[in-house]
Amino acid sequence: MPTKEEIFAKVQEALVDALGVEEDEVTPEATLQGDLDAESIDFLDIVFRLEKAFNIKIERGELFPEDILTDTAYVADGKVNAEGIAKLKERMPFANLSAFESDPQVQKLGKQLTVQDMCGFVEYKLAKA
Amino acid sequence: MRWFWVDRFTEYVAGSHARGVKGVTLSDEFIHGHWDIYPVLPNSLIAEGMAQTAGLLVSEMYGFKELVVLAKFTKLTFNTAVRPSETLEYHATIGRALDAGAQCTVTATARGVGGEREQAVAEIFFARLATGADSDAAAKGLPARLFDPADLVRWLHVTGVFQVGVRQDGSRMQPADYGLPVLV
Repeated sequence: MPTKEEIFAKVQEALVDALGVEEDEVTPEATLQGDLDAESIDFLDIVFRLEKAFNIKIERGELFPEDILTDTAYVADGKVNAEGIAKLKERMPFANLSAFESDPQVQKLGKQLTVQDMCGFVEYKLAKA
Repeated sequence: MRWFWVDRFTEYVAGSHARGVKGVTLSDEFIHGHWDIYPVLPNSLIAEGMAQTAGLLVSEMYGFKELVVLAKFTKLTFNTAVRPSETLEYHATIGRALDAGAQCTVTATARGVGGEREQAVAEIFFARLATGADSDAAAKGLPARLFDPADLVRWLHVTGVFQVGVRQDGSRMQPADYGLPVLV
């Protein structure tokens, strides 16, 4: 199992290559969409790069559970309900959802995903493997 | 001028890789004035040729029926200049594909009087805008398809896809397999 520093270094490299950003912009706190300007297709690119870098397979919805966000049982008026939050926490134990919980608008989830969350995701995947 | 930037496919293995050739001549309109007494094929058109080679390979994965579009070049480097009388060979390989899109690596090799050299390398991402048999394209405000089937099948014939195209089990690709009109 690689150390946290090794994971961060590889995640950073993947983001630099996929998004064309400078290494020093990729800090743990940087948000992918807000700070690093990632668009939806970039997430697929990032996923492929992480798969290669860590020799893991990432299925659709694993990093970003779109199915929950489009399920009317969990979303009402563009906001995720309490059940949906519980489900998201279960599916995304690697992400810090506290900011999202205070204002759970569906479109804010992607915007709040940070580099640290990506590192957390890789750690979670490696621990499961 | 038709927007064809691969003249002919020489190899096409569905879901895997393809090779296509593009010839460059002094009568090509796009070369005039680019640049005066030193005419060269614009690199942007080489990028287009690489994208078309890979794009036709990726589209096949979805039965040539879906909205597969170029999303981005994650890498693109050019080495030299391609001159009239030379040919380019594009070699596209599908890397990883998920239901939302696919990543391809494409190289362009130039051949001519001076021998052979690697001219360009690209890594290209294709996105599948609408997925599945009952496409959700209309709901997303997208057209149902990118090409008229009759135009598409002509393009595939003209570029030799059905002459050399095989599936990974070695069986030949046929227009009817994709619900395309049969012309020959």
